[in-house]
Amino acid sequence: MTATILHIGRSQPAFVISVAVLAIVLLMAIFGGSLAPHDPYLLDPQAVNQGSSARHWLGTDEFGRDLLSRLLIGIRPTLVVALGATAIAASFGSFFGITGAYGRPWLSLLIMRSVDIMLSFPPILLALLAVGFWQSGVLSLTVVIGVLYIPHFARVAHSATLQVARQEFMEAEHSMGASVQRVVFTAIVPNILAPLVVQATLTVAAAILLESGLSFLGLGIVPPEPSWGQMIGTARGYLSLNPMYVIWPSLLLALTVLAINVVGDRLRDILDPRLREE
Amino acid sequence: MLEVRNLSIAFKTRDGLRPSVRNIDFTIKPGEILGLVGESGSGKTITSLAVMGLLPPNAVITSGEVLVDGTDMLQLGPAELRKLRGKHVAMVFQDPMASLDPIFTCGDQIIETIRLHEPVSKAQARQRAIDLLEKVRIPDPARAMRAYPHELSGGQCQRIMIAMAIACKPRIIIADEPTTALDVTVQKQVLELLRSLNEEVGAAILLITHDLGVIYEVADRVVVMYAGDKMEEASTRDLFTNPKSDYARALVDSMPTPGSHHDRLPVIERDALGNVRGVRPQPRVRSADAVPAPDANGAPLLEIKNLTKSYWVKPSPLATPVEMRAVDGVSLSIALRSTLGLVGESGCGKSTLSRAIMRLSRPDAGEILFRGRDIAQLSETEMRPFRREIAMVFQNPYGSLNPRQTVQELVEAPMVIFREGTAAGRRKRVTDLLEAVGLPSAAAAKYPHEFSGGQRQRIAIARALALNPSLVICDEAVSALDVSVQAQVLNLLKDLQVEFDLTYLFISHDLSVVEHISDAVAVMQKGRIVEYGSTHSIFNNPKEAYTRSLLDAVPTIGSERAGKGAA
Repeated sequence: MTATILHIGRSQPAFVISVAVLAIVLLMAIFGGSLAPHDPYLLDPQAVNQGSSARHWLGTDEFGRDLLSRLLIGIRPTLVVALGATAIAASFGSFFGITGAYGRPWLSLLIMRSVDIMLSFPPILLALLAVGFWQSGVLSLTVVIGVLYIPHFARVAHSATLQVARQEFMEAEHSMGASVQRVVFTAIVPNILAPLVVQATLTVAAAILLESGLSFLGLGIVPPEPSWGQMIGTARGYLSLNPMYVIWPSLLLALTVLAINVVGDRLRDILDPRLREE
Repeated sequence: MLEVRNLSIAFKTRDGLRPSVRNIDFTIKPGEILGLVGESGSGKTITSLAVMGLLPPNAVITSGEVLVDGTDMLQLGPAELRKLRGKHVAMVFQDPMASLDPIFTCGDQIIETIRLHEPVSKAQARQRAIDLLEKVRIPDPARAMRAYPHELSGGQCQRIMIAMAIACKPRIIIADEPTTALDVTVQKQVLELLRSLNEEVGAAILLITHDLGVIYEVADRVVVMYAGDKMEEASTRDLFTNPKSDYARALVDSMPTPGSHHDRLPVIERDALGNVRGVRPQPRVRSADAVPAPDANGAPLLEIKNLTKSYWVKPSPLATPVEMRAVDGVSLSIALRSTLGLVGESGCGKSTLSRAIMRLSRPDAGEILFRGRDIAQLSETEMRPFRREIAMVFQNPYGSLNPRQTVQELVEAPMVIFREGTAAGRRKRVTDLLEAVGLPSAAAAKYPHEFSGGQRQRIAIARALALNPSLVICDEAVSALDVSVQAQVLNLLKDLQVEFDLTYLFISHDLSVVEHISDAVAVMQKGRIVEYGSTHSIFNNPKEAYTRSLLDAVPTIGSERAGKGAA
């Protein structure tokens, strides 16, 4: 066991580092509030837009609030929205995609043309519309972003299923009298998992970015609650006064997204018995 | 003249160099055809790639030289090699459809090849191309010049490839399985063409194939390879009448030869010392405590009456669809515990017929009587009890097994679908089935990609037998396998027929295989059964011209060998 871990550590350093990054991010999301050195909501007009100091390690924002504390409690809404939206998009998207490729022709027509219509609108526009009608908050953001990414998953699942459906083992399943559920869950899903995992890692990143965009427009997480995206959005206004204000949340965001992509890539290989190493 | 001297090739792996070809020597004189035979993995394709200087990046040449008219190909740089290829060395690949560029016309591709190597004008090159097409006997060369590859048949595409190969009068032509993707009748024409053209061009041809029949038809001399080693080099006549090495003898023996009827084909075995030899296994005997065999003279198990299945195809995108009768009024019957062989060329409708019997598609008209009950129009739910009784073994052992399932999951699938037995009971049954098809019980935990083609086909057969079906449809079940593996699978099918009272519908384009395994044979052409009768009468006294032309096209390993095979 120890030998295996050592071997993985030596042969895939990127994967090990990414797992570590994700573990830290997750721990911060759970314990963020209690780790915060300062009250993240406490305004301090004396210390506005400061750089790093012994008191404020990462500096302060435009109201003099401690940046490190705000970053720590900002993880939770960011992660909830990103992972929640991806889960919604992946499950519904795959369902529609597989149904579209494997179901009856009229159903396929209905689903895939609806997907085309949804894809023809810029996602930010649809999100604005939906969030504008609804109240802003973590839940509505999650649902709206999740629904917005359903078409992307549906497309990927659809084309992957069409490819799998042409394989001889699908005919073999039918000739054995397999039920639809069995065909879907043993023959289709495992074989289309690889592109879906890749799509999911991309969607997590895209959802974080979309959330930051919406928060920037004032439609996402409601201030004074922080989220990384919202912090990046606000910080842009103070770029010349305090450049580190925009860099810290951006750096964390970039690291997290990178780690998710590396892990997703490796996950795809692990799920494929043909690529599994002895 | 091509000389390969002491050539060794190895692959780079994590544990160092793994040799794949060891000390191969051969010489091909101008105008001569040298056959290179071996099973998949024997190193024959790697050898040919080395000759072309096209080795994959993870392969290294550890020793030897490849001399083309005295120049060592292995010492040349990429630019010099490119000049040499096409001009001096040309290649004909296995799949003609895939090796021609789909977005250029065939004419353009031949013209390009000519102009790449010779300073001629476009008009001159065009004239040369038309002459070449006439030479490879393509009907209407002017039309073939304008045609895109998809508008031509596989045989015609291979003629275009041959025309391109001989365009610059190369000194050496390497043909890698040139006829494997073609039908028997087309194969014969292409091989004759290759031979007659070579008398004119005078190139040294290296013909790589796993099909001994092809070698017998055209090669002057043969090199037999096994696991990277040269086993034997002999003239074609000597190889087939008097093979010296044990492996070559075993390989020649393991081919089903028309006209010699044996219960078992010899298979190739490798003993502990690494020596190979041919063994003719004893037929399995029915165990005494088994239920007595059912009466074979009763009602037929499967009877097909006037079955018709059409597809509507559009000849061009805007045309009205026309009816294409893939299966046109077919009537057949298969007696219990017998094997019906169904023969025909690609596109004759034999696969459509098997899929209709499996009820993977709904036939348009006609009856499929299984144990006297018509299943042709049953719904999927009504069909369910029959799915237990009819099982299918598909052509492609690489495609018919779900790559994400273990062998255990694959083989027990029919039992899971019909909710039979407990998990422990199913595990026991899978072990028994794996044993019956000659695989170790440890195989159950592995995934299909860990097995060779022949082993995968055994897994597919084990799955087909899981619910004790009475009818097994084998759709080109041995076509994708090497001769020696094919012999093992054919023996296995015969053994299992005895053991489990199976009835087979055996579909194949290979007449010698069909003759070996079948009790009765049906010959199919353009959706119709043209001739139908006992194996003996069809092979010894064919009545239809089409059957005769099929039989003539089979490369016959001379009757010289038939006598020896019996010994």
